[in-house]
Formats: sequence, C-alpha cells, structure tokens
Amino acid sequence: MNLIEIKHLYKHYATHKAVDDISFAIPKGSIFGLLGPNGAGKTTLLRMITGIFYPDNGEILFNGRPFDPQTDIHSIGYMPEERGLYKKMKVGEQALYLAQLKGMSERDAKDKIKYWFDKFEINSWYNKKVEELSKGMQQKVQFISTIMHSPDLLILDEPFSGLDPINANLIKQEIFDLSKNGTTIIFSTHRMEQVEEICDRIVLVNQGKKLLDGEVKQIKQDFKQHLFRIGFGVMPNFAQVATHHFSIIKQEQLAYTVKLTEGSTNNDILAHFIRHNVPITSFQEILPSINEVFIQQVTSMTGEPPQVAGIDESSKAFTNN
Amino acid sequence: MNKIWLIIKREFITRVRKRSFLIVTLLVPLFFAAMIVVPILIATNSKEEKRIAVIDDSHLFLNRFPDDKGVYYKYLQNTSIDSFQTKYAEYGYSGLLYIPQLDIDRPSGVTYYSDAQPGLSVESKLTRRVNDLIEEERLKKANIDAEQLKAVKADISIEFRTGNEGQKGSAAVAYGVGYASGFIIYIILMFFGMSVMRGVMEEKVSRIAEVMISSVKPFQLMMGKIIGIAAVGLLQFLIWVALIATIQLILPLFISGDAVAAMNDGNTMMQGGSNAAMVEAIEKIQFVVGSVNWTAVITCFIFYFLGGYLFYSALFAAVGSLVNEDPTDAQALTFPITLPIIIGIMVMISSVQNPSGPVAFWGSIIPFTSPMVMMARIPYGVPGTVPYWQLGLSMSLLIVGFLFTTWMAGKIYRTGILMYGKKITWKEALKWVSRKA
Repeated sequence: MNLIEIKHLYKHYATHKAVDDISFAIPKGSIFGLLGPNGAGKTTLLRMITGIFYPDNGEILFNGRPFDPQTDIHSIGYMPEERGLYKKMKVGEQALYLAQLKGMSERDAKDKIKYWFDKFEINSWYNKKVEELSKGMQQKVQFISTIMHSPDLLILDEPFSGLDPINANLIKQEIFDLSKNGTTIIFSTHRMEQVEEICDRIVLVNQGKKLLDGEVKQIKQDFKQHLFRIGFGVMPNFAQVATHHFSIIKQEQLAYTVKLTEGSTNNDILAHFIRHNVPITSFQEILPSINEVFIQQVTSMTGEPPQVAGIDESSKAFTNN
Repeated sequence: MNKIWLIIKREFITRVRKRSFLIVTLLVPLFFAAMIVVPILIATNSKEEKRIAVIDDSHLFLNRFPDDKGVYYKYLQNTSIDSFQTKYAEYGYSGLLYIPQLDIDRPSGVTYYSDAQPGLSVESKLTRRVNDLIEEERLKKANIDAEQLKAVKADISIEFRTGNEGQKGSAAVAYGVGYASGFIIYIILMFFGMSVMRGVMEEKVSRIAEVMISSVKPFQLMMGKIIGIAAVGLLQFLIWVALIATIQLILPLFISGDAVAAMNDGNTMMQGGSNAAMVEAIEKIQFVVGSVNWTAVITCFIFYFLGGYLFYSALFAAVGSLVNEDPTDAQALTFPITLPIIIGIMVMISSVQNPSGPVAFWGSIIPFTSPMVMMARIPYGVPGTVPYWQLGLSMSLLIVGFLFTTWMAGKIYRTGILMYGKKITWKEALKWVSRKA
C-alpha cells in the first residue's frame, strides 16, 4: 500500500521547468529519500506534496485518494529546509500555537508537548524565548513542533543541518522510532552518507526530471561495477596476477582491488589465486555508494559533476522562479 | 476559519502584551490631557507680577494706564528718563515705558525699556493702550465726542449655521477637528502599515513563513496578521476615546471647585480674574464638544480608519514579503505605497481649508486619499458640506479598493514569502498577480 502516489507531475515556471513529468510512489511506513543537486526541483516537489503549490498538471494520491490540502495537511508534518520559529515567542507557546494550527485541540496539544518535552529533556525551556536558545536547541524545538500532531507523513528537508552529532543522533533515533510505529518519512537531502544509513528507498531527481527510483539495496546492486577487494598474507608477484578473469584497478599494501572481466565469476578470481598458492586473508565485493551512483547519474545527464555535500548551506539561494 | 482566528489571536496577544503597547496607550491621552490642562494651569497660576514705571514727558497720559491682571503701572513725575533709564531695575520695576513730548498728529519715540523681552501679550497690550489714548486725544482735538463715536460703531457677531437643520457650527472647530482626524488617520496608516510590513518581514527573515504555510494558506496568514493588528489599533483607539472622555469629565473637578460653581451659576459668580480665565477655557472645551457632530465623526473615523488601514496594510504586507535579509530594500519598495499616503496628507491639508472645493471632493472619493481627506471634511457637517451621496460613494469605493488591494497583495505575498535570497522588484512582483499559484 502506498501512502503517496505521484503521477506525471508538472510545475513549470516562466524560465525553467522545476518539475517535469515526475512519477513515483512512497510505500506506507518507509523512509523515503528524495535526492538531487541544488535546484533539481526537490523543494518544489515537496511544496506540492504539502499543498503549498498546486501542480500545473498531474496527480497526487494521498492514502489512495486525490490529495486535498484542506484536510490532508493535518496528516503531514513538514520541516522545510528554510525553517525557523518566532524569535520573541516562548518555546512552549510556540509549540502550542503550531500544534493548534495543525488542528489539535489545546488540551491534546498540551499533553503532547509535555510528552515530547520530557522525552527530549527540554521541559525547563518551556518559558524561555526562542531567541535565547542555541541554534541546536531551536532545531530540537522545531523537530518536536513538526511531529507533535503525530502525522502519517513526515517530510524532513535537510533535517540534520546545523545539528551537533549528539543531537543529530537523537533525532536520527527518533526518525527510526517513528518509522517503526508506522510513520512514513520523506527525507530530502544531498548528504549521501545519511541516505544509505537511513533510507529504504530513494528517488533521484535532476533538472526537474526523475533519474532513478527504487530500493537502496537494489540500486547498489544495479549499479555495481563488479569490483572486488582481495587481501593477501603475502603480496603476489607479477606472474601470479596474469589472468583474463580480472584486471587490477588499485593496488594497496597487501591488497588489490580488481574488476571482474565479463563472462568470469567471483570464484574464477579465488580459484586463480588459490591455484598460484597466494595466501588470501579477505575477499569482499565492493558495491557503489549512493554518492557514486548520484554523481555518476547526474554527471551523465549534465556533463558536469553536481554540487554535493559540503557546500555552504546558507549561501545557497533558491531559484524556483 | 478556526486557523485564521488562531493567527489573529497570536498577532493580537503578542502585541498587546508588549510593554510598548501599554506605554503608547497611556501616554497619548496623557499628552492630550496635558495639552488642555497645562495652558489652563498656566493661565490660572501665573502669579508673576509686572511693575512698569511710566515716565510721561507729554503729560497726556497721567494715570490713564489702568492696572491690569498682574501688571501695575507707576507714574513717575519729575524723573528724568536719562537718569532713570539705567536704574529702573534697582527700584524693583520690570520695565520702563517712556513717552516723550508728542506731536499728537505725528507721534513717535514711545519706548519700552526692559531687561528681558516683554512677551507678546505685554507688547500688544502696551501698543494697543498707547494707540487708544492717542486716538482719544485726536478725537478731542477734532472735537468729536468719544461717546458718540462709540455709539455709531457696529459690533455684531455673525452666527454660522450649516445644513438644512441650521446646525450651529464653527469653522474653526471643524477645521481643528478635521485637521486632527485627517492627521491621526495618516499616522495610523503609516504606523500600523509599517507594523504589518515589519511583521511579515520578521516571518520571512526568521524563516517561520514556510513552516506556517505548511499548516495554513498564505492568504490566511496575511489576513490573520492584518486583522490582528487592526484589532490592536482599534483597542488602542477605543481606550483613548474612553480615557479622553473620562479626563474631560473629571478635569473640572480637579482644577477648582469654584470654577465649576461659577459655571453652574451661569457665570455670574466669577471670582477674580484667574477663575475667569479657567472658566473661559472650560467653556471653550464645551463649545468644541458641542459644536461638532461627534457621533458622525467617530463613526466615520472608525470606518475610514479600518478602510484605509485595510487598503494600505495589504500592500505593506506585500512589500514585507518582497524584502529579503537587507532591510534597506524595504525603503525603496515602500516608496510607491508611502507616496500616495503623503499626497493624501497634502490634499487633506488643503481640503480642510476649503472642504467643498474640487480638490477636497476628488481627494475624498479616490480610495488612495479618501480616508484622510474625507475625515478632514466630515467635521464641517454631514450632509451639509459632505452630501450623503458623496459619503456613500467614497465608502463604497474604499471597500472595493481594499478588496482589490488585498486580492492583489495576497497574490504577491504568497509568492514573495517563499522567495529567499533574491532581490525582487515591483515590476516582477506585479507579474505574479496575474499568475496562478
């Protein structure tokens, strides 16, 4: 069962096509990664899923029915990349206000605030103004405000930016817990190592088009280069590596990375070394990282490498129009 | 609807809770009260006495300067001006009036010596007095009886009534009330308009906007803010009206019981000059209160305050949504909006002097200026100066106007609020109006 189904979605602006015929489905309960370089159309896509923008064309199904922002918005928690809080407002009042805007009654909201503030150990901040908190503390409050109404769909756009490792871990753990309890999570980022760690499925978009869609494990299999890393007790000599079964890609101390020749099998490699009586200590297939898949896919589309992790977040500008 | 109510509530409460709200709300009526009370107190309590020495070499004016309230004249005979000119202060005089030998047909050389500037009232009193006396002398010389002349002179005051019912009115009072109302509307448009703009900017710069927009429609967010701030303004205005009314009611009790008694007895029991001045002041206030149709003025004021505010605040909100981190952008972007308000205040100033002229008429019909200009005209009388059809047309156009600006601003706002890091011009923003979301 899919919580979200997106069918042939279009959103064109005067100067460019932000979303150009994108379709994918998000299974209920999955952690879904939405990947793409800056300006790929991720935010526009998310804004359509959250009802902020209307698509030019195409259809969004929410829980099998056409998406209706009026009611379905209460089942969605959205933490945008450009996020913030009212600086002069008290933390508790702020959380209460945002929860009520999501349709919660004042009593329910207060109960939930107590639960989450206890869980995150921030009860003592209740009467502090947001501006008095550090950026990391504000992010915690922001995260709580996003999940307080127990949304079916949680959308997190770069949730870890600005968080220290301890808080990032806390929130990562919370994401896993929520997922376990059935919350579907869309996780938009260009930090690829997080994607491999967290996501079940991903969709990769670039220049408004979908490049790739599927389970993380499957994608790694699909894009594997048949590379193997073999560790040795003693380095083999030249004669001992002469074979048509593989070619050497990289040589390290007491290890080779080799590429399997088409038509050969893994066992051919092992058999070769065993035949030459080379002591083998390890043998491991090297799967591509999502980062490598990402770069390869995006580069093959545009001809130049995309901007990936590590760029300065704050200096980046949206160019949706 | 529930959500917009939540937004209104937040906007209202966060503003009313601020210390500055309390201060402004209490200080403004105190300021008004001070403007009324201080002159009265000064008039009542000016105990400073002036003793003026008079040296009259013409011998025409001997003992003909009557003592006035706090001003006493002393005639010095056989004193030479040359010796006394430098010494009057030592003898305890605050000034010295010197009248030389006069040719009654071409008088000149009358001089008043004092250490400090004598002040306008003393100056004009002395001048008038000397001129009156010279006139009397001339009449005597021409053999005209002063009493006869007095009898011939006309002294009537015209009563000005306006409208069909012959309402009693005073142009001066209408001018004052009209000017004040127009000016207050101007301040409100600027002050609360800017307040809306700053609120929107705050939401955009602090990046709460997109979080909000994921729960409510941009239009709800914008209208919630506008209505919330309007409620703050309205509350403030009503508190002022109530406070000023209360102050007016209890003011006489505080100043002096005698004065009230004097007034109640039909001004027959005035006790001394100081009370007279105060009674005069209180009478003036009562005349002002009585000669304007306050129901019409306050009702229209609330209408034009809200109408004008809604008309402009949506535009201010649109500007706020266009501004990025750099607040100096705001100045360039607000100019097209503040310009018509400033034109409005200028038209208002000219209309209040000529409330039936074409400038006043057009200014009070066009919604860009009507809140200010119409408020300047209304104290002159409805339907006397402002016929009902003009009032109706002006109000209808203002309603149509603010529906239009709100619709247009909503379109700009919903796009602008989500645009970061890009400088946006009005030209670009106006293109968004015709675009669908």
